[in-house]
Amino acid sequence: MTKSELIEAIAARQAQLSLKDVELAVKTIIEHMSEALSGGERIEIRGFGSFSLHYREPRRGRNPKTGDTVELTGKYVPHFKPGKELRERVNLGLQAGL
Amino acid sequence: MTALTKSEIAERLFEELGLNKREAKEIVELFFEEIRASLEGNEQVKLSGFGNFDLRDKSQRPGRNPKTGEEIPISARRVVTFRPGQKLKARVEEYAGTESQ
Repeated sequence: MTKSELIEAIAARQAQLSLKDVELAVKTIIEHMSEALSGGERIEIRGFGSFSLHYREPRRGRNPKTGDTVELTGKYVPHFKPGKELRERVNLGLQAGL
Repeated sequence: MTALTKSEIAERLFEELGLNKREAKEIVELFFEEIRASLEGNEQVKLSGFGNFDLRDKSQRPGRNPKTGEEIPISARRVVTFRPGQKLKARVEEYAGTESQ
């Protein structure tokens, strides 16, 4: 499912808002979540999961093309931990043969 | 540190887009519900600019009860993994925060 398919799926399940409004809402939600994570804030959605940042230590890397050593600084990477309901439902899908 | 929750996400839809509070709450619920439903149906979800929710099937493997040492197999399962997109990774990398997460 892509973002535009998600927008269509949401629009099909509610009566008040136009597709355009749902599209704007979905983009706003994604932007809000990206903004929170880039500001170092966690996201906690009960039944879905939580997003947080994991720190990666600085390390010495190599340029695969030239073989030169490069110093890589420490950085943060986004991490997602699925919540209980999501974990269970995905497994139901497996048991249902999907 | 506080975390972003559904109610704050809905609040922003109310403030920025002028959805009424009930609509805003419903859209936020549907957003996460439709992603769960797709994943439950074994379909990955790709949100460009944010990241992909992928599915991985794990076969049964031997496990152990850490308390008793008894051997019990860990059943076959399907798990969700999140791969952040380039844009999100780049934005997060710029965060030079000192607060450990």
